[in-house]
Amino acid sequence: MDVTPSAAAPVVRLIEEFHKLPGVGPKSAQRLTYYLLRAPQDEAKALAQAILEVKEKITFCSICQNVTDRDPCLICANEERDAALVCVVEEPLDILALERTGSYNGLYHVLHGVISPMDGVGPEHLKVEELLARLKDGSVQEVILATNPNLEGEATAMYLGRLLRPLGVRVTRLARGLPSGADLEYADDLTLTRALEGRQEMG
Amino acid sequence: MTTPRIYKTEAIVLRQRKLGEAGKIVTLYTPNYGKLDAVAKGVRRPKSRLGGHLEVLTHTAVVVAQGRNLDTVTQAQTVESFGGLRADLHRLSRALYAAELVDRFSPEGAESYHVFQLLLATLRRLVSAKNVDTVLRYLEMQLLGLAGFQPQLARCVNCERALAAAPSHFSPDAGGVLCPSCGPEGAGSRTLSLNALKVMRLLQSGSFAEVSRVRVASALAQEIEMHLRAYLIHVLERDVRSAAFIDRLRREDFWQPAGVSS
Repeated sequence: MDVTPSAAAPVVRLIEEFHKLPGVGPKSAQRLTYYLLRAPQDEAKALAQAILEVKEKITFCSICQNVTDRDPCLICANEERDAALVCVVEEPLDILALERTGSYNGLYHVLHGVISPMDGVGPEHLKVEELLARLKDGSVQEVILATNPNLEGEATAMYLGRLLRPLGVRVTRLARGLPSGADLEYADDLTLTRALEGRQEMG
Repeated sequence: MTTPRIYKTEAIVLRQRKLGEAGKIVTLYTPNYGKLDAVAKGVRRPKSRLGGHLEVLTHTAVVVAQGRNLDTVTQAQTVESFGGLRADLHRLSRALYAAELVDRFSPEGAESYHVFQLLLATLRRLVSAKNVDTVLRYLEMQLLGLAGFQPQLARCVNCERALAAAPSHFSPDAGGVLCPSCGPEGAGSRTLSLNALKVMRLLQSGSFAEVSRVRVASALAQEIEMHLRAYLIHVLERDVRSAAFIDRLRREDFWQPAGVSS
């Protein structure tokens, strides 16, 4: 990468490390570095420690495969949550989105990816075996497939549905329809069709 | 062809990859501008007006603005969404294979009208065809022809004599059939049954209607698939990745799946 060769070696090194991060270009990397140079010692230390801690303490929950610092994770260990309900998501970030709603009280399962045949990602690369293992003892009654409503997410949901249905567990899929604040005229055919199919009585 | 700064075109979405916070780069296959990558901003947000119209395997009408590096999709309207493909894993896996194959065969900006029509017809056929694998074999053979890699099936590629009605060998390396006295030559060549040769000739020069009228037993279908796949890997110099998913679905299906007749 193109850095001013006149900069001191440790500075160059930090710039290069920042540059490796997603979305950080050479200029941003330089800015971040010089910001930290001028920042108080404590701030830099806190950042360094936070990074180390993430790498050292965070593991995958042995039950839901979410990232966690304790095993089982806070959600799986919470006895007030409904353990008969498992919501299958693609990524840990999806859990954050669902938790933000405050309207879900079951458990989760993170697949860590999505079936994408063109990129060579098949079911064997996802946490599917782990999901099947969770369903063995019969305590889970419903699996909600909450993969993204795009082609790959749908393919993954269909694949899992086929796999899970013979196990006698109820398998559901997140509804698909119009987002709040949207314009009907811009909706695509598939979304509109689903929205019509899923219409509800005015209460 | 000089392209205007803002242009309208039909397109089939072959692929997507994520870009930045909420955007995607979509790979479009167009009848006049060939294959092109374009940025679709904000399509990963639920309220995106473009997102639903730029899903993979959608036939869509787009307005594209030329950019310094990548073009940007500014408007999109679905023409045909092939809902039938999305509701059936077998059909979907074949359609993804078709898209990947067209993607691999098409350098950016290459002449594309016939390939576009072929892909469009293929997707339509995959929605309803009784035998989805026949649709793929036809696509493979036709695509090979359009790309200039049509395998030689009329005469022996070595001695150039017309082929007798007998089992011969198919050699991906040599680009066609070797007669019994010339073959097998090279590691890649495999025995080619007479029936397989006949069906492959039909795939090459027949119409899809003619091809779909022929009933092909599953062993024969497997043989043809094997030869064509070996040849495609040879031509493309790489595996077609989506094939692994099709194989997996077949392995896991102990019942007769919808959309695939043996």
